[in-house]
Amino acid sequence: MTTHYLVLSALLFAIGGVGVLVRRNAIVVFMCVELMLNACNLAFVTFARQNGNLDGQLIAFFVMIVAAAEVVIGLAIIVTIFRTRRSASVDDVSLLKY
Amino acid sequence: MPWLSTLMGVSVLGALGVTLVRNDKLAKQFTLVVSLIVLALTVAMAVQFSPNGDKFQFAETYDWIPAFGVHYGVAVDGIALVLILLSVILVPIVVLASWHDAEAGKRSVRTYFSLLLVLEAMMIGVFAATDVFLFYVFFEAMLIPMYFMIGSYGGAQRSYAAVKFLLYSLFGGLLMLVAVIALYSIAGKGTFMFTDLVGTIQDVTTQKWLFLGFFIAFAIKAPLWPFHTWLPDAAAQAPAGAAVLLVGVLDKVGTYGMLRFCLELFPDAAKFFTPLVITLSVIGIVYGAIVAIGQTDMKRLIAYTSVSHFGFIAMGVFAMTTSAGAGATLYMVNHGFSTGALFLIAGFLIYRRGSQFIADYGGVQKVAPILAGTFLVAGLSSLSLPGLSTFVSEFMVLTGTYQRYVVPAVIATVGVILAAIYILWMYQRTMNGPTAESVKSLPDLNAREKWVVAPLVALLLVFGFYPKPLLDVINPAVKDTLSSVSVTDPQPAVPVAQEGQ
Amino acid sequence: MEPAEIIQHSGGAIGAAWLMIALPLVGAAVLLLGGRRTDKFGHLLGVLMAVASFVVAALSFVQLLGLAPGERRRGIELYDFIPGLAKVGLLVDPLSISFCLLITFVGSLIHIYSIGYMAHDPNRRRFFAYLNLFVAAMLLLVLADNYVALFVGWEGVGLASYLLIGFWQHKPTAATAAKKAFIVNRVGDFGLLIGIFTIFATFHTLAFDGVLANADKASSGTLTAIGLLLLVGACGKSAQLPLQSWLLDAMEGPTPVSALIHAATMVTAGVYLIVRSGPIFLGTETAQLVVTIVGVATLLAGAIIGTAKDDIKKALAGSTMSQIGYMVLAAGIGPAGYAFAIAHLITHGFFKADMFLGAGSVMHAMNDEVDMRKYGALRKVMPVTFVTFLIGYLAIIGFPLLSGYFTKDGIIETAMEHNAVLGWLAVLGAGITGFYMSRLVFMTFFGTKRWEPTAHPHESPAVMTVPLIILSIGAIGLGAFLILGNRFMTFLAPAVGAPEEMPSFHPFSLTGLVTLALVAVGAALAWMKYGRAEVPVVAPRGSFLTTFARRDLYGDALNEALFMRPGQWLTRLAVFFDNRGVDGLVNGLAAGIGGTSGRLRRVQTGFVRSYALSIFLGAALLAGAWLVVGNL
Repeated sequence: MTTHYLVLSALLFAIGGVGVLVRRNAIVVFMCVELMLNACNLAFVTFARQNGNLDGQLIAFFVMIVAAAEVVIGLAIIVTIFRTRRSASVDDVSLLKY
Repeated sequence: MPWLSTLMGVSVLGALGVTLVRNDKLAKQFTLVVSLIVLALTVAMAVQFSPNGDKFQFAETYDWIPAFGVHYGVAVDGIALVLILLSVILVPIVVLASWHDAEAGKRSVRTYFSLLLVLEAMMIGVFAATDVFLFYVFFEAMLIPMYFMIGSYGGAQRSYAAVKFLLYSLFGGLLMLVAVIALYSIAGKGTFMFTDLVGTIQDVTTQKWLFLGFFIAFAIKAPLWPFHTWLPDAAAQAPAGAAVLLVGVLDKVGTYGMLRFCLELFPDAAKFFTPLVITLSVIGIVYGAIVAIGQTDMKRLIAYTSVSHFGFIAMGVFAMTTSAGAGATLYMVNHGFSTGALFLIAGFLIYRRGSQFIADYGGVQKVAPILAGTFLVAGLSSLSLPGLSTFVSEFMVLTGTYQRYVVPAVIATVGVILAAIYILWMYQRTMNGPTAESVKSLPDLNAREKWVVAPLVALLLVFGFYPKPLLDVINPAVKDTLSSVSVTDPQPAVPVAQEGQ
Repeated sequence: MEPAEIIQHSGGAIGAAWLMIALPLVGAAVLLLGGRRTDKFGHLLGVLMAVASFVVAALSFVQLLGLAPGERRRGIELYDFIPGLAKVGLLVDPLSISFCLLITFVGSLIHIYSIGYMAHDPNRRRFFAYLNLFVAAMLLLVLADNYVALFVGWEGVGLASYLLIGFWQHKPTAATAAKKAFIVNRVGDFGLLIGIFTIFATFHTLAFDGVLANADKASSGTLTAIGLLLLVGACGKSAQLPLQSWLLDAMEGPTPVSALIHAATMVTAGVYLIVRSGPIFLGTETAQLVVTIVGVATLLAGAIIGTAKDDIKKALAGSTMSQIGYMVLAAGIGPAGYAFAIAHLITHGFFKADMFLGAGSVMHAMNDEVDMRKYGALRKVMPVTFVTFLIGYLAIIGFPLLSGYFTKDGIIETAMEHNAVLGWLAVLGAGITGFYMSRLVFMTFFGTKRWEPTAHPHESPAVMTVPLIILSIGAIGLGAFLILGNRFMTFLAPAVGAPEEMPSFHPFSLTGLVTLALVAVGAALAWMKYGRAEVPVVAPRGSFLTTFARRDLYGDALNEALFMRPGQWLTRLAVFFDNRGVDGLVNGLAAGIGGTSGRLRRVQTGFVRSYALSIFLGAALLAGAWLVVGNL
């Protein structure tokens, strides 16, 4: 019965992963990362339900908090980059290499 | 009284003190005083040493990392004692000799002298360490001050030389670290103390691997052929004083390590690898001398002579006879004085003219007879002229080696002829002949420089005619070492019973 | 007769024999350390120390004579030099005291002579310091009671020789000659050192006492090896074939040096070594044979070189080589020859020093000109030099009743009895000696003046001529004194042994007469070519043989072709190999690691999405691997 949830979770995760790889806009990449995180959350909650304990739910909360913190820092960086470069493309930010 | 810790403590405190002194001149004087105090303390300790007493004396042992059985353990036997004496005698001489050496560059003069004192503490520590882990720590830590002395105060190619020196030595050191840890865990005694580890490794195959780990580190340090190429670069680029400590003391840690650790910890492996080591040594003796003949740069030439000399020392260590072992130990001390004198006087000459190339000199004897005369004495000690202390040690090494390995000893004796060629040819090209235009106005040695050279020449002469005080300390320690390797001297074909002989 | 036992001794002049070494050593130290402050009295101090050393030697000699012949080997303990290897002591016995007397007496005279000869040299003090150093080292060499101390003295005289040959070191030729002398001697030392190692490995002692008394217990193979190795050392120091090449170049040194070191004393050290190590050579006929062959070959080679040299000192140097060849020949024969070898060594010390100093006197008068073709007719202007030189000349060619007559003929007779071939070759050598020495005397003192226009020859001052006179007295009478009645052989017997049957001296033996006749022929030939006939100022090209002799029998050319050029080539090759091969390997390894990481870092492109891709791929890889492994 939980299979459907897990399939949905896997689909969401795959969509997110493909998005991270193919999109150039930093905001969209970010959204895709969020999608992947939430796919994981769905899986966690599903397992919690299946196992009948709260461990998975607990970790889902952790992930949400980490995701929130990440969004704050990530968006701040993206906004700063956008201000200086007038672009939100991740491919333009490639100075940190070699 | 905790003598050894006091010696190191005084040096380290002195090093800190030097950095606090505001005035450069005062800093130099302060360094000189500190190094002289260390010398006086060491002499005071040495006279209390009883050659026929316990093997290790002035022992101090404190737990350092109890979880792994690492101790702060220091003590000396006869071999370590004479090497510590060598170090603390050379340091004040080097301080006096490097009076103006650090001023040429933009780096702080005080730092140079502070590094000298730090190095002194580490040199004492490395010879005194009785805990294998502590020995390793000093072995590696010594590189740091020397790296800065070469890299910050050296010649034109100093950074190349310093990095090469550091990486090469580190490579050897890491092999040794692996062997040290393996020794600890295989022995299973839960301690790194040297005396507890002797005789614990019985399996010959294990011994061989651990031996190689230690030996390669020491062969790089010493340096033995073919691990020698960092030395000419480092010695040629280092300021003369640092070169003296590098070749005179730091490199001795390699040969000392062979005698102390390779032989005593892994006796069976040492015997197994003896043919290899003797072969490398003999190649080094002849090869170093031949390459020295072909050098155009004075300091590189002296460095290559040392490659040849280290061949003699390693051969003496692995010949495993009393006179070769004692001779090798004495060689370490004498070579320090002899090469020290050679490097320092060459340094004075180079400081005056600003060139290391032999071709830029000629006829210096005419304008600076004392400089030339002392240079000749130092050179003669490098070619082991009887009457100078180097002869005694070379003679002992060769006599002892010949008792067991005739052919290597004979080939090594060729080094005696080659030594005459490289020294006298260099002397002729720099000091004899018509005076070159560029050296016409060179001043002779000044009072400070005479004070640098005089003690070295005096030591070479005194121990050349009367090496007994040193040998009385060295002989029992070497005999003890050889008995723990369980070898005995070969018997003569015609034994002549003679008292005391 | 076997050598006597060594008896430990203390007290008296013999007990203070170490003073002989110490006094000149102190002199040298004071003069070298004192620097310019001692310039004023440096030469006087040098002479004083040498003379004081002679006084000690003479007193020791007198004390030794007071003992019974069997008790004349006295050992004096000094101190423990290398614990476990060698104690240092002195051995005063008839052999060593003979050398001491020769060294200190001739040495003192040459010191005195040098006051005049070096009067105008700004570094005269240093010269005397080196001379004192030499005397000390030479005395240590002959007084040592073991091979290590002997070697210390051996190298000490080598050092003094190096310093003195190169005394005028601003001259490149002098500096090169000094270096050459030292290096060739080191080749000899190589042999001597290995000989000493073999002695220690065999006997576990290096004291003469222990080694020589037990030599007969060692195998003959070992003794042959030791003997040949010691001979190599002797060849180096005594300029015997094949290590002779340095001696002729050594004439670059001031003439008193040539007289003292390169004629009278140091170059005879090889003979001393062979005689001192007699018991070793007695156990090995092979080594003895080689010694005699080396001696004969050198006595002929030296004589041949002497015939063609126009440089007066080099002609005398060739003669020195030749005369030492005689001594080595005699030393190789055994106890029958030892006394003659040492007796000839002593008389040679006198007459050759006499002639060298005479040559110095001539050079002093002729503005340091050494080319005999620019001499001639000097007998009138330099009467004292001429007469003393003439005595030395007559002594060396073996003119009846002079020193060389007794000692050299003794060697020839002994050699003849030992081996007729060697004997006749030695006779031939004597004939050539007659030729080249006569040539030298005729070219220098007879004939016409061929002087440079600037030369104004004059007799030398008394400080130089008095030593000449004293030395020539020795050249006249010493031979007869030593040889007649086997006086010297009896005296030496406790130290080196003696043949069972003492030889008797026949004034008119067949060999002696043939020798005299050959010498006369040689002298006559020289008179025809260089006395009666005009000597050309520029040397004629000469035949192949003349060139052969002039070029030192191509010894230098041989050394150059065999050792020097290949050596230089080898050196260059080694330096190249070290820089490119050994160091190249190290640097190559470093460059390889550096290059690899340089390429690897290109993976860091800076594009976030490529990093993300690699993370995904890595994760997929890990998951895949887990699936595979998990299903196994």
